Amino acid sequence: MRRHLVTVANAAAVFAALVVLWQLILWIFKVPPYMLPSPWAVAKAVVARFPSLLASLAITAEESLGGLIASIVVGVLVALIFAQSRWVRRMLYPYTILLQTVPIIAIAPLILMWIGAGAPAVTFIAFVISLAPVIANTTQGLISVDENLVNLFLMHNASPAQLLFKLRLPHAVPALFVGIRIASGIALIGAITGELYAGSSRVGEGGLGYSILYASTQLQTDYLFALVFAATVLGFSFIFAVMFLEWYFLHRWHESARAPETE
Amino acid sequence: MSAASTVPQVEFAAVTKSYGTGRVVLDAIALTIQKGEFVSIIGPSGCGKSTVLKLISGLTPPTNGTIRIDGMTPRDARETISFIFQDATLLPWRTVRDNVGLGLELERAGSNRRKKTTAALLELVRLQDVAEAYPRELSGGMKMRASIARALATNPRLLLMDEPFAALDEMTRDRMNEELLRLRAEQKWTGVFVTHSVAEAVFLSTRIVVLSPHPGRIHASFQVDLPFPRTALLRELPEFEALVARASHVLREALGQ
Repeated sequence: MRRHLVTVANAAAVFAALVVLWQLILWIFKVPPYMLPSPWAVAKAVVARFPSLLASLAITAEESLGGLIASIVVGVLVALIFAQSRWVRRMLYPYTILLQTVPIIAIAPLILMWIGAGAPAVTFIAFVISLAPVIANTTQGLISVDENLVNLFLMHNASPAQLLFKLRLPHAVPALFVGIRIASGIALIGAITGELYAGSSRVGEGGLGYSILYASTQLQTDYLFALVFAATVLGFSFIFAVMFLEWYFLHRWHESARAPETE
Repeated sequence: MSAASTVPQVEFAAVTKSYGTGRVVLDAIALTIQKGEFVSIIGPSGCGKSTVLKLISGLTPPTNGTIRIDGMTPRDARETISFIFQDATLLPWRTVRDNVGLGLELERAGSNRRKKTTAALLELVRLQDVAEAYPRELSGGMKMRASIARALATNPRLLLMDEPFAALDEMTRDRMNEELLRLRAEQKWTGVFVTHSVAEAVFLSTRIVVLSPHPGRIHASFQVDLPFPRTALLRELPEFEALVARASHVLREALGQ
């Protein structure tokens, strides 16, 4: 517990130092506020426009969470197919790498054209961009089972269903969580990127990406900073939520989840 | 001896095993193991000791020759065989109790029988106090005892062991050997035990089979005429020392030295 407090205190100290540095830069170089607003101005913008900030945050959270959940469901199903045979993996695996390497910025306008601007398209972009790490990690988890454990199951005449549900799937859960952790970060990036293109039905109101773009055209740099800050908070919450779930499901048996407990 | 026991527990007739094209692992193996025997297979690495167990269990088929387990093919005999691997191979996400019950669960035994048998075996290997613990909380010796309990839970007639105590320190290994003999006295299974510890083989076995490498052939086979029950004291007797020395000598011969 004390170690956690020290960690939090350290992080807070670094944050305070950054704010001071930020203010010093403003004073020394005399940067105009539309280029770099003061920390105080950003804090005021957060308070003054809290409802719309929260609305943007909610939209983006919903889209990226939707995309993430879709990629977990689809990713696990695809991994189950991949785990069936080496041939399937050889044939299809290059395409998951393609998923990972295609620049999302390049295809975002296409997706918007096909699906139409709005939350569904943005959710879809978040889904596409976060799918590959779920597939890759889950597949690895499903196929990396100790050969002797498989032999043990075979010695007891285990059915294919028993092999899958009592051995391969539980064995893959830690790897699945690694995939989800990576995917949760990039689903958010996907959603914000999508929003930069997606526009909104109501001027000035949309997800974080849309609002960032809008604030920058209006030269509301203090609000823009507030939005970036909100995006960061959202990203952190995703990671922490995933880490908590990981700890919750794995801490009793898995080595990786033990780290926070050990002194 | 009853009529049923005249069928050997394990019978290899001219069994050859090769992997890929031409890499012969086992060559012309003729081996008969009677019910109630405890046979240790020793030999240098690469002599195919573990492959013998894989053939008995039907996890891999022979390239040539026939194998009969209690008169059946290895696949058909599977229900009567349990396998203990070098690592404890426990499922880390299951408690010790659920690990011990795994075999019965996979074979779809009724939950009543499963509970009773599991509880009895936990007691037999003295793990009842850590039944709800997860494998990572156990010492190496305790993990191995859980693995043995799991193997015995399905009430096997033939127990295959592939260097089960190789990863343990010597004191733990000695204790595990004594426990294994105690379990055998209570449960009357036939044992086939692979090891590269000569002393362990002599302590446990009624017979030792020595393999020579490249390709694996049976170099020698001899009885261990030490009386049961065997206790830790046996290791201090001159007869024991003499048998270990003799087995070591045969093993060196097998290596061609």
